[in-house]
Amino acid sequence: MAEMTLLQAINAALFEQMRKDPTVVVFGEDAGFEGGVFRVTKGLQQEFRVDRVFDTPISEAAIMGSAIGMAINGLKPVAEMQFEGFMFNGFNQIAVHMGRMRNRSRGKYTVPMVLRMPWGGGIRALEHHSEAVESFIAHIPGIKIVIPSTPYDAKGLMAAAIQDPDPVVFFEPKKIYRAFKQEVPETEYIVPIGKARMVETGKDITVVAWGSMVREVQTAIKSLEKDNISLELIDLRTIVPMDTETIVNSVKKTGRLLVVHEAVRTLGFATEIITRVIEKAFLNLEAPPTRLTGFDIAVPLPRGEHHHMVDPKRIAYEIKQLVNYKV
Amino acid sequence: MIISKYDPLKQEQFQVLDSEGNVVNPKFEPKIDDETLLHMYKTMSLARVADIKALQYQRQGRMLTYAPVQGQEAAQVGAMAALEPQDWLSPAFREFAAMLYRGVTLEQLYLYWYGNEIGSKFADGVNVLPVNVPIGSQIGHASGLAHASKVLKKNQVAVTYIGDGGTSHGEFYEAMNFAAVFDSPMITIIQNNQYAISTPRHKATRAKTLAQKAIAFGIPGIQVDGNDVLAMYTITKEAAQRARNGEGPTLIEAYTYRMGPHTTSDDPTIYRQDEEVEKWRLKDPIKRFRIYLTNKKLWSDKQEEELQKELEEYVTETFKKVENSDNPTIDDVFDYTFVNNPSDLIEQKEKYMKYLKQSFLHSLKETSKANKNLKED
Repeated sequence: MAEMTLLQAINAALFEQMRKDPTVVVFGEDAGFEGGVFRVTKGLQQEFRVDRVFDTPISEAAIMGSAIGMAINGLKPVAEMQFEGFMFNGFNQIAVHMGRMRNRSRGKYTVPMVLRMPWGGGIRALEHHSEAVESFIAHIPGIKIVIPSTPYDAKGLMAAAIQDPDPVVFFEPKKIYRAFKQEVPETEYIVPIGKARMVETGKDITVVAWGSMVREVQTAIKSLEKDNISLELIDLRTIVPMDTETIVNSVKKTGRLLVVHEAVRTLGFATEIITRVIEKAFLNLEAPPTRLTGFDIAVPLPRGEHHHMVDPKRIAYEIKQLVNYKV
Repeated sequence: MIISKYDPLKQEQFQVLDSEGNVVNPKFEPKIDDETLLHMYKTMSLARVADIKALQYQRQGRMLTYAPVQGQEAAQVGAMAALEPQDWLSPAFREFAAMLYRGVTLEQLYLYWYGNEIGSKFADGVNVLPVNVPIGSQIGHASGLAHASKVLKKNQVAVTYIGDGGTSHGEFYEAMNFAAVFDSPMITIIQNNQYAISTPRHKATRAKTLAQKAIAFGIPGIQVDGNDVLAMYTITKEAAQRARNGEGPTLIEAYTYRMGPHTTSDDPTIYRQDEEVEKWRLKDPIKRFRIYLTNKKLWSDKQEEELQKELEEYVTETFKKVENSDNPTIDDVFDYTFVNNPSDLIEQKEKYMKYLKQSFLHSLKETSKANKNLKED
């Protein structure tokens, strides 16, 4: 075991998987020599040489298109978008090819690749560096989406993503890249894609969150200790495939649901979660399923960003509202 | 090296055969064995017949939207014949003849244009990607295929096609630059067929040639008479050798003409003159190749007559098979989304199948009721 940040855990997973599988290649803008602007890929080029870890031109579309070609022809690309706000330059390939190739060739060609990118706000960054963009990808069939919230999960999910036979988009919550450390096994382990994590168990209300929001909810829970609320917290971990069963079972027990996410509200992933809960646990509901999300606005620059970022106080407030809801 | 001798900035164009099928550049006449020459000719002829018939089928309401290839057979077959079996083709959507030459069957091509994905499931060892509709996105795939070939030492060259219109696309520039910077074994062939649907080439770029775009990538580029199958062969062969030597990509502009519409939904008489089309008809790639083969005593009028008859029958039979083919099953439609579909997708499928079963039973009941009423009447 070693104490690691989430960032170090992803780095450790890349080292581990590259040692294990010689077809894994890592690349992106400044991802090679420098180790990426956040240093997630630090040290890889020194060990695995430039053939397997390399810098690319500033060409998100070419990074994406080439990654797909590489995956079809026997490599396991782990491609990086430097920031999620630049993903859209490569979005054509993500939307029209990455998730479709298996289907359109009826299984002849597959795209086993990982697309990594920093994700979300909260680091007082430049414009276009603070977006939670998971719903854009979730709307495309054939692509898995992972967002870890702890170092342990980050390492195990990255191992799973690299070994997955289908394309996986791996969002890395940059707000918690270095926020805290956790004991992480140095040997390989897998955290399966598609399984949510039960963080807290309780009986009054279910809260679903992912990425950096999990920690915000945990802080909110601490502030609610004297309120005597029995809360169940689910860390979704995987947006696609979504672990519907865990959420539905929880809501059947608690009757109340709050979904917390950073992304803007309209068609944010809370919409899908709440819809599925209504479809499957309608008669168990004690209160309207509720979402606490970013607003339908452009993410403000750092001086105003706190208005947009969901914080523990607002989470605690929403939880109390829901628990006290009376028809 | 021939490629460096033809300066795209001076609009120099490489040619071996002139429009009349005479060898005008004997020094560069490729040495191709007779069997291969005939296979090339027959594939071009098959593409021509299948293309004309596909248009007819579409007009009869038997075929869906189709992108005809007529006029561009040499730009495709000449290049494909210069490759090795392990090489890759990453096509756009008008590479009917190229795909045929690389081992995609006519039945598969027809099935695809008939609206069934199974047409893109090529046999093992046929290293061809499916038809690619979003303009420019296939260049990145070729760059990646080539990149993987280099890293894994597979000795494969990836060839990709794009149209003159596609060279306005951002992904063309990004992927060309990407492949160039890694010396990836890639060849990009621009089929300059003079029009992007209705927009003529001169309205889409100030560049005098499309081959000159190679200069900005730091790679060789050459304009070739795209209706000259031997010129296409010679240059592609040289580009493939460069690629295999680790010298990186080459850009080839095949100067050609789309004789038909952009797709069956297009009416080219709106934007181009008959005289222009007729002028290009005189440069027909198949006709000039036939003269070359006849001069070499490899082909006769009698053989031509027999071939045409044979192709006509083969194409007709193949299309009949396609028309009688089964539609995709529910499993086909759902089960290639992921290697193992997640539970929510399985649920969607099951619910849909339940609906189909019930509506089928319902319609059976209705029919038997109607039959009963009929009898009572």
